[in-house]
Amino acid sequence: MDFSLTDDRRMLADTLARYLADQYPIEHRNTVAYAAPFHDPAKWAELAELGVIGALVPEAKGGFGGTGFDIAVVFEALGRALCPEPMLAALMGLTALSHTDQELDPIIAGETRIALATGELDAPYSSSDIATTATGDRLTGRKSVVYGGGVADTLLVTARHGAGIGLYQVAASDTQITPFGMVDGGGAAEVFLDNTPATRLLADAGPALAHAETAGIVALCAEAVGVMEVLKDQTLDYLKTRKQFGRAIGDFQVLQHRMVDLTIEIEQARSITIQAADSLGTPHGPRHASMAKNLIGRAGKLVSEEAIQLHGGIAMTWEYPVSHYAKRLIMIDHQLGDTDTHLERVIAG
Amino acid sequence: MDLSYSADELAFQSEVRAFLDAELPPEMSAKVRAGTDLTKAQMENWHGILNARGWLAVTWPTEHGGPGWGPVKRHIFEEECCRAFAPRTVPFGLNMLGPVLIAFGTTDQQAEYLPRILDGRDWWCQGYSEPGAGSDLASLKTRAVRDGDHYVINGQKTWTTLGQHANRIFCLVRTKAEGKPQEGISFVLLDLDTPGIEMRPIKLIEGGFEVNEVFFTDVRVPVANLVGTENEGWTIAKFLLSHERTNIAGVGFSMTALSEVKRLAQQVRRSGKPLSENPHFAARMAEIEIDLEAMKITNLRMLAQAEAQGAPGAETSMLKIKGTVIRQALNDLARRALGPAAAPLPSEDLEGNAALVPPDFANGAARYFNNRKLSIFGGSNEIQRNILAKHALGL
Repeated sequence: MDFSLTDDRRMLADTLARYLADQYPIEHRNTVAYAAPFHDPAKWAELAELGVIGALVPEAKGGFGGTGFDIAVVFEALGRALCPEPMLAALMGLTALSHTDQELDPIIAGETRIALATGELDAPYSSSDIATTATGDRLTGRKSVVYGGGVADTLLVTARHGAGIGLYQVAASDTQITPFGMVDGGGAAEVFLDNTPATRLLADAGPALAHAETAGIVALCAEAVGVMEVLKDQTLDYLKTRKQFGRAIGDFQVLQHRMVDLTIEIEQARSITIQAADSLGTPHGPRHASMAKNLIGRAGKLVSEEAIQLHGGIAMTWEYPVSHYAKRLIMIDHQLGDTDTHLERVIAG
Repeated sequence: MDLSYSADELAFQSEVRAFLDAELPPEMSAKVRAGTDLTKAQMENWHGILNARGWLAVTWPTEHGGPGWGPVKRHIFEEECCRAFAPRTVPFGLNMLGPVLIAFGTTDQQAEYLPRILDGRDWWCQGYSEPGAGSDLASLKTRAVRDGDHYVINGQKTWTTLGQHANRIFCLVRTKAEGKPQEGISFVLLDLDTPGIEMRPIKLIEGGFEVNEVFFTDVRVPVANLVGTENEGWTIAKFLLSHERTNIAGVGFSMTALSEVKRLAQQVRRSGKPLSENPHFAARMAEIEIDLEAMKITNLRMLAQAEAQGAPGAETSMLKIKGTVIRQALNDLARRALGPAAAPLPSEDLEGNAALVPPDFANGAARYFNNRKLSIFGGSNEIQRNILAKHALGL
């Protein structure tokens, strides 16, 4: 048994962490994350150059990674830096496209951007309940909260046709897209399809979508672990330095115990994420991903709320980074299935 | 045992409902319902409407212009205001300074300031917390040094709510450095136009502006602006904090929030059915409803006790803890119900066809984040537990 990272992954993690610490400090992050286009296009190009996008893709498809642990290493580092770049959109798009014979190189190189448009207002987490329809090579419907959809050149859209649900490629320029910024930073979009021209890539989107979704969940869980580690460090530091009643507030046993409980939950979150990363691409992948996403949802709420409460008012301010980390951690539960959704999937087996 | 309102209380409830039906402007209640900020003019307008009816300063005795209600009638009034989505009144003059002046102020101070609170000429804000004095309020460092018939004030206050709208501030200042920290504090009134005062807004977690930092540099205040006795301000501070905890349970807010969450859960669809029929979501909602039902009775029990005995006891800390936990749980539920549609920034106006959710619910995530403050302000829930342990349990 060995829980250490391979040398290649260790190097990738270190390189990315150094790059983000240097190039994506929280002040810069907050400047770009909440104003259109809700990320930094120059930094996106640099991340591609560093090989971060390629690390999400298997060698056979033109990348140099693509396993659960490659994905986890990248997203934990992105989480630690609270990076708002549309990397989840790239990961999910590339994973879905790896089930087709489409060329991935321009996406890996950061030259073109994609987004996976599956969720709908009444079917945000379920790919089988969608209402968007395909008539020949035309799509009609609405895709909601498409992550990275505001800056994508190409959209991968799921739609119903006579025999099932297919995966279609749509040029962003052919659709009506309403981009918006998110409460936790980064951008998404509403996509309106009205007899919009499309190319069918897969008649049965099922396996590609399931793979993309499972990879996306591993990514979000790893990102959450990165966010939690920062919240833990910041809160612990505050408990040791903030003085009230003539001593550090970390001297109070009631706060010590709460900090210990946080630490235990973060270790549990890391463990279940390792499990999910290890299972990606195996028959256990989706179940382990659901277990991870459920636990991350519960732990994330605890860590986020306690980090704020243990700080007090200072963590309620925009200026203090904890507030932004706490928002991101809570909003991860709103992506790719929340705590209850994944609990239901685990129960269903 | 009789858990129902008396005939007199029921008649009062009807009277309040009729008043709100007739007088509450719909554009105000729509904003309250959607959780968006009212303008200063709207808040002043609502104060004016209540004042015209004599229902503005609900905690004041009749001789100073209050309605003379006991705790139960005040509770009914709060409940009905919440049900109608009426704006909250601004508490700093009405529920904080007003009672302080009535209990500790001179006749001159009462005559000068109380009418100005009622008619809206003065908007007060609170200078209590400092960057280094939060839960440990008595360690405050803002100094007031006597110079003839003035105090000269230097220091900094923070978390001053709606200070951007205020023209006056009441402050706790240190007038004596020696002895126990509680023994050298005084309570003074300042005009915000006085030279040397600077107010800076603090942007909050969800992007809104409601609190401020206030800086004092050689600010000269007449000694006549002292309330009560010099160095005995801590007694006033504690008196004010106990009034700040009036209606701390926020039962009315929670009842409204629960009915709104139910309405939302019926509108949101998951797997072809309303979210309200999802067993996991329904269980979460039912548990909070049970907690709220119990707290309504706990609150009424404490109100009845307060009505019989006068001042509320340390038990009100229980209401603060449970009340804020329930309100936060309801905000959490509303956020969850929205799913991915909770994502847009409050400033991103996705309206009309682009809207993701009905406008009343669009601020779900922002409201959840903003209301994390509930368990922090007005004495954090940790401090409330200390109060209960010490004063209610004798630990």
